[in-house]
Amino acid sequence: MSAETTKFPSRWTSLDSDQLFVVVSRLIALVLLVGALSFLSPYFLTWPNLINVLRQASLQFMMSAGLTLVILTAGIDLSVGAILGLSACISASLISSGYVVLGIGSALLAGTICGVVNGVMVTISRIPPFIATYGMLWIAFGLGYVFMKGEVIYGLPDSFRFIGAGFVGFLPVPVIVAVLLLLVLHFMLHRTVLGRSIYAIGGNPDAARLSGMPVTRRLITVYGLSGFLAGFAALVVIARVNAADSSLGEDLLLPAIAAVCLGGTSLFGGVGGITGTAVGSLILALIVNGMNLLGVQTFWQSGVMGAIILISVLVDQLGGTRLARQQ
Amino acid sequence: MTDAAHPQLVSRSPVVDAVVNAPGAFYLLAILSVVLAIWTPNFFSTANLANVALQVAVLTIVALGMTLVILTEGIDLSLGPLLGLCGVAAALLVTAGYPLPVAVGSALVVGMIFGAVNGTLVAVVGMPPFVVTLGTFGIAQSVATVLTKGDSVTSLPPYYRWFNDGAFAGIPVPIWATITVFALTWFLLYRTKFGRYVFAIGGNRRALILSGTRVNAYHIAVYVYAGLLAGIASFIMTARMNAAHPTIGVGIEFDAIAAVILGGTSFEKGRGGIVGTVIGALAVGVLRNGLNLLGVGTEWQVAIVGIVIIFAVGLDSLRKLNA
Repeated sequence: MSAETTKFPSRWTSLDSDQLFVVVSRLIALVLLVGALSFLSPYFLTWPNLINVLRQASLQFMMSAGLTLVILTAGIDLSVGAILGLSACISASLISSGYVVLGIGSALLAGTICGVVNGVMVTISRIPPFIATYGMLWIAFGLGYVFMKGEVIYGLPDSFRFIGAGFVGFLPVPVIVAVLLLLVLHFMLHRTVLGRSIYAIGGNPDAARLSGMPVTRRLITVYGLSGFLAGFAALVVIARVNAADSSLGEDLLLPAIAAVCLGGTSLFGGVGGITGTAVGSLILALIVNGMNLLGVQTFWQSGVMGAIILISVLVDQLGGTRLARQQ
Repeated sequence: MTDAAHPQLVSRSPVVDAVVNAPGAFYLLAILSVVLAIWTPNFFSTANLANVALQVAVLTIVALGMTLVILTEGIDLSLGPLLGLCGVAAALLVTAGYPLPVAVGSALVVGMIFGAVNGTLVAVVGMPPFVVTLGTFGIAQSVATVLTKGDSVTSLPPYYRWFNDGAFAGIPVPIWATITVFALTWFLLYRTKFGRYVFAIGGNRRALILSGTRVNAYHIAVYVYAGLLAGIASFIMTARMNAAHPTIGVGIEFDAIAAVILGGTSFEKGRGGIVGTVIGALAVGVLRNGLNLLGVGTEWQVAIVGIVIIFAVGLDSLRKLNA
């Protein structure tokens, strides 16, 4: 249907002036960051550090990928961090008891269930996305606390830890996983009906509905997918840090949103894409790496994330005409 | 704001109308009171009710500010960490030897500055309110933690406890503060031009702009007022804990949003009011108090409050669809 007849904005096939602005401003940010950091810290341009940055960016990308899809539909998912934390706790307890496959399945299932509930609340119950997913944030945190009873789970089997801490050749496994995820999601967004309807719903939900698109079903799928990807990211994170506790997801929301905003995806929906989020994750990882190298207190981190969100949205709002028009 | 443009369920009896159209908070409060009266012997004891009232004071004050923000179709997620920041700022200044009025005044200014930033980015730049306030959420939390290096500010002078323990005419200061803030908010909302614009911004901001009103100043003032109230609430909170902790306020914004929505204020078209918010805050406070009395652990409380609130909001929006 509309996928053939209507030309939706496609990030890399036809760059209009707004998208060009986003791409150029991000490239400048990247170049400035790399330049400044290699000047300020002698350790920055070393191989172990660059691998570290890449791995961090990959984890960040996995945490922000599902959120990007939701934001493209003009929604928001404030519960990604909390869902990630809950999935991590459940699967870590199963995996450390020896049930690896069951543990992996339970993380994906728990994430998907939370996501689908989000989708149902947003579509069928007509609760505004930020309030529905904010409620889910507290529910998932609460369930995580209840499940863990304040304990910390250490020591996962090496076979499982491969997806988070292993190497293939010189590349960390999470980097390869993130690249594969990027390719799959890019294909999904630009070459499948679901992907095109994500842009259509974000661009104009009424038009999407009137053109016969099953908007409710598609939105539930997208929120479910966001939860699924949060569960997936949880697996890679616990494999990397080799531990899980109920506070794991607490500080993940602001970075997740910051990476999407840095990637130039519009919070009004319909504009942006998953490639942008990959670039945003890389910029964010560089900033965090720079803060660590320069010895900035970790207390500053949430403030820096907040500032990044505000500045990148502000820059796009002032620089991009389309974003301004949508207001 | 019940007029022809906002149809409600209508029957022949005004009593039935009032019952059917009452916000969810009334039902929640009624059900909770009955359940708690049956299950726990001391819910209706004077001591417990006084305790509930004190606990609800902080929440009510924050929720009153949140009501105005939500009436403009906005949201302010930063109020929780902002409460923490204001508390820390005042406590640090007091322990550094500054007189109480200076400390308290500076903390209120901090609250208003954050509100002004929120309001400017929302009204003038046109950024979505939840993104703006999520950004300032992070900044307020960071600044508060950096100021105290992650610790609590203790060893407050004894007179600081007056904000929680003091009393006039037998009524505790937190209750007086709540009454005063309610009266002020009521006056602002229903008796001034500012109040009429609050409803109008939520109802139809574009029409207001097209009619030549300088909307932005009023829109910013709404967020400034919410920041101010978060500051006021922080003093009571600090005095009750006898310490200021940078993350003490995180989560209050959720209870406040819950109180506002349970109280019948809608995210759409500037519908609602502050009387409902007070009932909503009471309902949330009684829910938490009841869970305590029933011996439910704090871990479960977080999840249960989330579920009850989502359920109530969902019912409310479904009811509006049918109406």
